[in-house]
Amino acid sequence: MTILKNDMRYIRNSDDIVLIRQVVREWALMIQFSLVDQTKIVTASSELARNAVEYGGGGVLYLQIVSDGIRKGLKLIFEDKGPGIADIGLALKDGYTTGEGMGLGLGGARRLVNEFNIESSVGQGTKITIIRWK
Amino acid sequence: MTDKSKVRIFDIVNSTENEILENWLKLQISSTALRMDLLSERELRQQSAEFLSLFKEATSTGNWDINDSGWSRVLEFLDSISRSRAIRGFTPTETATFIFSLKQSLFTTLQKTSKNGTADLIQDLCDITLLIDSLGLFTTEVYLKSKEEIIVRQQTEMIELSTPVVQLWNGILALPLIGTLDSARTQVVMESLLSRIVETGSNIAIIDITGVPTVDTLVAQHLLKTVAAARLMGADCVISGIRPQIAQTIVHLGVDLSEVTTKATMADAFKHALNLTGAIVKKKQ
Amino acid sequence: MEKIPILKMGKYLLVTIQVDMHDRLAMSLQDDLTEKIVLYNARGVLIDISSLEIVDSFIGRMLSNIASMSRILDAETVVVGMRPAVAITMVELGLDMKGVKTALNVDMGMKMLDIFTGKNDEQEKLNDHSEE
Repeated sequence: MTILKNDMRYIRNSDDIVLIRQVVREWALMIQFSLVDQTKIVTASSELARNAVEYGGGGVLYLQIVSDGIRKGLKLIFEDKGPGIADIGLALKDGYTTGEGMGLGLGGARRLVNEFNIESSVGQGTKITIIRWK
Repeated sequence: MTDKSKVRIFDIVNSTENEILENWLKLQISSTALRMDLLSERELRQQSAEFLSLFKEATSTGNWDINDSGWSRVLEFLDSISRSRAIRGFTPTETATFIFSLKQSLFTTLQKTSKNGTADLIQDLCDITLLIDSLGLFTTEVYLKSKEEIIVRQQTEMIELSTPVVQLWNGILALPLIGTLDSARTQVVMESLLSRIVETGSNIAIIDITGVPTVDTLVAQHLLKTVAAARLMGADCVISGIRPQIAQTIVHLGVDLSEVTTKATMADAFKHALNLTGAIVKKKQ
Repeated sequence: MEKIPILKMGKYLLVTIQVDMHDRLAMSLQDDLTEKIVLYNARGVLIDISSLEIVDSFIGRMLSNIASMSRILDAETVVVGMRPAVAITMVELGLDMKGVKTALNVDMGMKMLDIFTGKNDEQEKLNDHSEE
């Protein structure tokens, strides 16, 4: 996979979530995602950015436009240095939450993208990588 | 690849062009891969002669990298041959044989005319092989690419053809689905139905699946998602045209359609929809 | 701080969400709206989200909350104008917004509210007549 373009943004508080949505939309437009695909990746980023703020105490988003030779895609990496997730399987389950949300963030975001990877260790933080291909 | 061998090969091709061409044609015609039904001998002779003269011209430059500008005319010509063969229905082997049988013809001529001993002959054979192989690969790549283009074009044509959303009545839309539903197609269908719902302000949509041959779990899920999305927007969907065996599969698959209104025929669904809008159908007195 | 305007239209309230909603704005809308329902004795609330480009689980929850709160205050809520791409994404996300009524546009939403609140209105009319 080759990286054609990359950048990063901080996710510090809930106001940044709006900015994250805007920058992800811009990047999705750059590789001509359809309206539905744009909406899906922006919604997924909104969920993950909010998780980073609410549970991770803030974090960083790395944006990349990638190519696997045939198609282009938008790859987003959400990283935080928060408490981490003890049971990833449980966290991905719809309706499970340790906070006040609906517990749809992680599982929902996974359904909105083509590739979803989560690495987390307790006390270290969480890193979630998503890709949506064009 | 030595310059000496390049010159030698060019000389041979130059001086025995006719012999190579005749040999090559014979090989192509005798090969089972030639499709006389798709390509006449005259056309083949024309193509081969033209290619050989372009090939000769390119080898004369002394640069044997086919990405070099000296080879652009050869590649262009090969491109057009591969494309036309892909469209006419040749297989990849049949298409690549055009270029690979030239190798054999060149070998025969080289062997006959070689006077400089085995070492030189091996060098020449090596060079020719490398060159022809790279041209052969190029041919195959073009062939595949043009096949892919055909597939993509047909796909978009099919998707466009197969998703008519029609307005049956004020506030009632119908989507008669025909053919197999896959994810890509369903997404297009879904989007066009939902945007037509907004455009026309229709709050009832009939999805008719009479023309859908099979319903598997995935298709059923797609249908349910469409219904759910329409409901979120404020429109109701009715699914009609469920044939008996499809009803059976749906139950066997464990798909829950209990929250969706289903009707056996489009006519029933239409009557139901009219009823919802408050319209009544009655015979003239 | 910016606020989402709430318009009074007869016995209904109309909220048109026109900005990319950040979380604090969503929270303050809940407060404002419940206050206004009581203040105007509103019977229905129309929330027009036709400008919203996404509805994530947070905004979805806010809409559900508003519907439940206003129901307690005896007002019906109808969410109108959801874009197709938003609806498709919400289904994939798993947001079903149970308990929230939806309509395609403001007109249809208004008609819907008329039907829901219609019964009570008849009652009121009867009372009016008796007073005459």
